[in-house]
Amino acid sequence: MPTPTEQSRPDPEPATLARTRDGRPVSDRGDTVCVIGAGASGLTAVKNLVEHGFGVDCYERETGVGGAWNWRHDRSPVYASTHLVSSRPFTEFPDFPMPDDWPDYPHHSQLLSYFERYADHFDLRRHIWFGTEVIRVEPVAEDRWDVTTRSTGGYGPERTSRYAAVLIANGHNWSPKLPRYEGLEQFRGEVMHASSYKDPAQLRGRRVLVVGAGNTGCDIAVEAAQQASHCWHSTRRGYWYAPKYVFGRPADQINDTLLALRVPLRLRQWLYHRTLRLTVGDLTRFGLPRPDHRVYETHPIANSQLVYYVGHGAISPVPDVARFDSPTVELTDGRRIDPDLVVFATGYLPRFEFLDPKVLGDDEGVGRPRLWLHAFVPDHPTLAVAGLLQPDSGLFPLAHWQSVLFARLLRLRTTRPERAAAFAARARSGAGERYAGPVKDSTRHWFEVGHVDYLRALERALRDLEGGK
Amino acid sequence: MNGERVIRSGEWARPVRPVRREVLSARPELDEGQPPLLFVPGFGHGAWAYAEHWLGHTAARGFPAYAVSLRGHGGSGPAPEATLRAYAHDVVQVAASLPRQAVLVGHGAGALVVAHALARYPARAAVLVAPVLGGWATFGAALRRNPLGTLPAVFGGGLRLSRRQLFGRETPDADARRHTNRLGRAARRAQWELLTGTDPEPPVGGPPVLVLGSPDDRVLPATALTRAARRYGSAPLLFPGMGHDLMLDARWQEPIDAILDWLVKNPIRGEVR
Repeated sequence: MPTPTEQSRPDPEPATLARTRDGRPVSDRGDTVCVIGAGASGLTAVKNLVEHGFGVDCYERETGVGGAWNWRHDRSPVYASTHLVSSRPFTEFPDFPMPDDWPDYPHHSQLLSYFERYADHFDLRRHIWFGTEVIRVEPVAEDRWDVTTRSTGGYGPERTSRYAAVLIANGHNWSPKLPRYEGLEQFRGEVMHASSYKDPAQLRGRRVLVVGAGNTGCDIAVEAAQQASHCWHSTRRGYWYAPKYVFGRPADQINDTLLALRVPLRLRQWLYHRTLRLTVGDLTRFGLPRPDHRVYETHPIANSQLVYYVGHGAISPVPDVARFDSPTVELTDGRRIDPDLVVFATGYLPRFEFLDPKVLGDDEGVGRPRLWLHAFVPDHPTLAVAGLLQPDSGLFPLAHWQSVLFARLLRLRTTRPERAAAFAARARSGAGERYAGPVKDSTRHWFEVGHVDYLRALERALRDLEGGK
Repeated sequence: MNGERVIRSGEWARPVRPVRREVLSARPELDEGQPPLLFVPGFGHGAWAYAEHWLGHTAARGFPAYAVSLRGHGGSGPAPEATLRAYAHDVVQVAASLPRQAVLVGHGAGALVVAHALARYPARAAVLVAPVLGGWATFGAALRRNPLGTLPAVFGGGLRLSRRQLFGRETPDADARRHTNRLGRAARRAQWELLTGTDPEPPVGGPPVLVLGSPDDRVLPATALTRAARRYGSAPLLFPGMGHDLMLDARWQEPIDAILDWLVKNPIRGEVR
């Protein structure tokens, strides 16, 4: 059944000459740019492309904006208690602030209302085709793209439109990454990925094992401490558990005070270790492993409550799971525990099932694109990925500047082709560059960036593009 | 449009504190989809300055009209230590809270606040009315015309503007006195920044900018008006015979009509599909 938006779409011109490989007509959208996804990154891309004078068609598989932050969406990973882990100034779009009377760390429902207001304020919804999913994106001649869509769920006919450029903003926190363990299939207790965790009632009275020490894993462990009859928290290594407030202010604001003063990384690490030592204290006395890395070398965890509940005995820290041995779980240190609910907060993997992985430079098909600035595709100057970042801070300002850069690039392709060519050369030579200090090598850190390092690289690219100093 | 700042560690580390903000509004009876106008008063003035004539007239012509009092002014919360950044923050906060992308209109030093806000909010368009963009030349002119009211500001006292500076001859004396009595004062630090502060960053989103004023303005020298307009790539629209406070002048209707006509005629970005 076609949705109302589907019906109101102009049909392809009958005189269209181009055809897809299976013979269907292609409607030529001229200089229009296609944006895939109307989450945070997609919305800011639509806004910035329109601001730079481009026509935009944005395809969104759901019926509302907000992507991952819209709890109504079936792919949304948020749970009832999700709050921001970076404070407001680091999270808001640089040219559309959140209300200053909101809390330092807003709730996910506030985030959704923020994105809805952003969409209304800049009148973005008229560019978005809701309930429409992208099933194929194929490069054609002259750096243009054929984008094939249909109604979400596979209803209705497929339509193919030809665009001057494509910006992919399909998010990377919706396809669960599930680890493999021996004996997991035979395990008699309940097993779930954090993506299906929505409400603390799911934990009430259970014996819960939470696997993973990302921000989600720590949140769920804290809620299990409050609700479950027992909580084990399994982590592969020791981590730095940073409180959300230090010296009476949001911790990231303290950190950026040091960054503003250009304090070198080593000194910042030392200060950070000192501060944690004086506030959180030595965690090894609780049985937590000593971190095997310096702070800033893994994705930061901002959680004031985890250590508190460990100190109250409500969370038992345990090492990695060795195997499931129904009805118990064997840990790597040989201990056995007997949870009846296992929550895997083991993260997500990016997925671009509408695109040949080779286009994004992922030749082995492992799901890790090889891009410049984590956004620009070598050899495909009119294709970019937005928001495929794991910043140590808020993502949305970074996605904003990515799309500004993409819009400027597209504009220069017609006005100053030599600069666009220089940019393309840079994308080829810079593919795979990192914008963080040394980080642990795991899928979780594929897209890890330090927000200032990354923004500096983006700013440099913007200046180079504009031919400034 | 180029060279916008990407990294603002200092500002992120020290967010501006929230404050109660007075916003007066007048909405058209029928919403015709016109962009809202957000009026920003100059130092010492509050939203009341626009409520007198301009808000109602703007709404009557079909544009939703809002006026904000900067912190420490009018009915907004007190802020003795406010800076220009805090004032610009107030403007951006109110602009972002409006249902649609707004046109920013700043008067006097409020135009400087708008110029700063334009770097942090992609306004649909901007109008600078008798813009006092700061600097020593403006100060010199004010000092010549009203030494007793201006000099204390150098030492952190309040800047007092006289009736003769603000209003043209046609404004009835009683009105002029009433308005002058309502004047407050800007924070000391903001006054200093008006004198010595850094230039506003380039506006984001490339909004069209209109500059207008009076050649007979006794706060803002005509040369400063021309310079302000040139900065935004145009010539000022002139209303001879009027005082500095164009929105309170006896002939208040001429400039606001010119602003609204400009908005109607000027193809506003985002409207072109």
